[in-house]
Amino acid sequence: MAQVNLRKIVKDYDDVPAVRGIDLDIADKEFVVLVGPSGCGKTTTLRMIAGLEDITDGEILIGGDLVNDVPPKDRDIAMVFQNYALYPHMTVHENMSFGLRLKKVPKDEIQRRVKAVAGILGIGELLERKPKQLSGGQRQRVAMGRAIVRNPKVFLFDEPLSNLDAKLRVHMRTEIKKVHQKVRTTTVYVTHDQVEAMTLADRVVVMNAGLIEQVGTPHELYHSPATIFVAGFIGSPAMNMMRCGLEESAGALRLRLHGDISLPVPAERVARYRSHVGKANLLLGLRPEHLTETRAQTLPGQAPFDVTVEVTEPLGMETLVFFSLNGGEVCARTNPSANLQPGKRAPLLADLRYMHLIDEASGRVL
Amino acid sequence: MASGIAAEAAAPLPATRRRSTRRRFVRRKSWIAFLMALPLIALIGALVVYPAFYSLYLAMLNKGMEHFVGLGNFSFLFRRDLFWMVVKQSVIFAVSAVIFKALIGFVVAHFVHNIPAKGQRKWRGMLLVPWVIPPAMSTLAWFWLFDPSYSAFNWVLSRIGLHGVPWLGDPLWARFSVILVNVWYGAPFFLIMYLAALKSVPEQLYEAAAIDGANWWQKIWYVTLPMMRNIIAITVLFSLIVTFANFDIVRILTNGGPIDQTHVFATWAFQLGIEGGDLPLGACVSLFMFPILGVAAYFILRDINRRGNEA
Repeated sequence: MAQVNLRKIVKDYDDVPAVRGIDLDIADKEFVVLVGPSGCGKTTTLRMIAGLEDITDGEILIGGDLVNDVPPKDRDIAMVFQNYALYPHMTVHENMSFGLRLKKVPKDEIQRRVKAVAGILGIGELLERKPKQLSGGQRQRVAMGRAIVRNPKVFLFDEPLSNLDAKLRVHMRTEIKKVHQKVRTTTVYVTHDQVEAMTLADRVVVMNAGLIEQVGTPHELYHSPATIFVAGFIGSPAMNMMRCGLEESAGALRLRLHGDISLPVPAERVARYRSHVGKANLLLGLRPEHLTETRAQTLPGQAPFDVTVEVTEPLGMETLVFFSLNGGEVCARTNPSANLQPGKRAPLLADLRYMHLIDEASGRVL
Repeated sequence: MASGIAAEAAAPLPATRRRSTRRRFVRRKSWIAFLMALPLIALIGALVVYPAFYSLYLAMLNKGMEHFVGLGNFSFLFRRDLFWMVVKQSVIFAVSAVIFKALIGFVVAHFVHNIPAKGQRKWRGMLLVPWVIPPAMSTLAWFWLFDPSYSAFNWVLSRIGLHGVPWLGDPLWARFSVILVNVWYGAPFFLIMYLAALKSVPEQLYEAAAIDGANWWQKIWYVTLPMMRNIIAITVLFSLIVTFANFDIVRILTNGGPIDQTHVFATWAFQLGIEGGDLPLGACVSLFMFPILGVAAYFILRDINRRGNEA
């Protein structure tokens, strides 16, 4: 059993707060990704779990044991660093077996484990090479191999793919997922790339300014973000945020986006939003895929409206259409066959069943 | 341009060939590179190669420098006990001084490396002082510290109830003293080189080692030392050369005494050649540094090329 529990973790660097009190429970065998913009405290949190940073306040438990004052070597963790941190003077085999040799594991046992892990990672032929003779992707595998052979309680990954080129990154992402499915060890993974977070994680932890914004499965974060930060951070292209007013007439609610654009709130959301009628600083959050070309059949909850297309970006399987609304830019994902032209008026369809109403003042999704 | 070509065409055959040869000569980059390097080559030739061969020639003359005696001076030296004593003393002096300089430099470099960046400059500057003062001056100060009756050392010893030590008067203590001063003078060089090397070891290697389960000693043994191998080899070789050839410290502190017990090659060669008036024999002694250092250099530098830069 190797669950990881963080209790009110605080980290200050000379009075500058980096992590401002986070609680997180990571279950055994779970793959958790910490994601957020630079400086949000995600790497600091990971390094505190590793024991490479002292914690200013709070408690860290690994496998139920308090490890606040336990040095990294006694925490039974393994870490993969952003720049791999392979020992340049050791061969791949020596790099991978270093931790085992320090633990005085018998030689034939080391041999067996290194071979097995090298097999999993496909680096069996590289064992006698030095790191400088390896490509970036191979170094990445060796760094993972070094972590896996030790069979630790917890894997920690610190932006392990950010030094790879885009194609290799996608490939290694899949590799990491495969390895986790085979090895099944509790994993904490830090990245600033939300696609990486979404594809790898059992649960994603979105961090911002030293605090946790939201914890949830990729699906939860995408479809029910709790805050404006999560709504804007998860998803690419990002969710559209449109300033709007909420009006009530004859028991129905309408979103007034612009002088002449007013969209009906779906009936099932009316009860939830009624108390916010007339409030200032409301935003309508709608993902680009819920703004499309008009269809032959309009379902309840969908509402057409006209815009002037400014820019189109054909991507092949879809065409992104950009237009302005209340001074902000809005993106819609349309079918290329709709053939919307820049500079022309065009009808679009807003699927308000997937709308989010956001209070800009509090940053909460209502 | 056109007239040039016309003139060339009109010129008789041999002249054209000569000119095109010259042009080809100029076009060859290696020749131009050689010409540009020539002043430096001439300088090295005049200041290094010529004196080296001249001293070789000198070593094969008789005392009056009148006729050639071949290897006579060498065979004369081999038969003298004092020569073998100087060989032994030079090796003891250089090897023990270099070992202690390297050890002290390595340890102090770690201390300085761990001082917060703000205070580090100050400490670095202070620790470099012994290396910056001209050794002739600082050795004079040491000479006073070692004085048997009036010096600080023996005063302190007498204060705590111990007998004074004949620092420069007893062969064993005199050897210790010249080595001590040499270590004091040379350790800062190792300090600064090792400090630079330490700073170039990526912090993440230590973090990776910490997570792999290494304690501080294992981090030094498996990370720091291998990462510093090349710089250690080069500094040790460099210092071995300089220490072997050391002249001023021994000359000022003991002048080879007592009874020639602290002579090293340079001071003995000076005594024989300049003071004793036997230049060929002095040259002969100084030449002995070369084969010893040659062997040391071979073993020390052997692995550097192979290792190269592993990072």
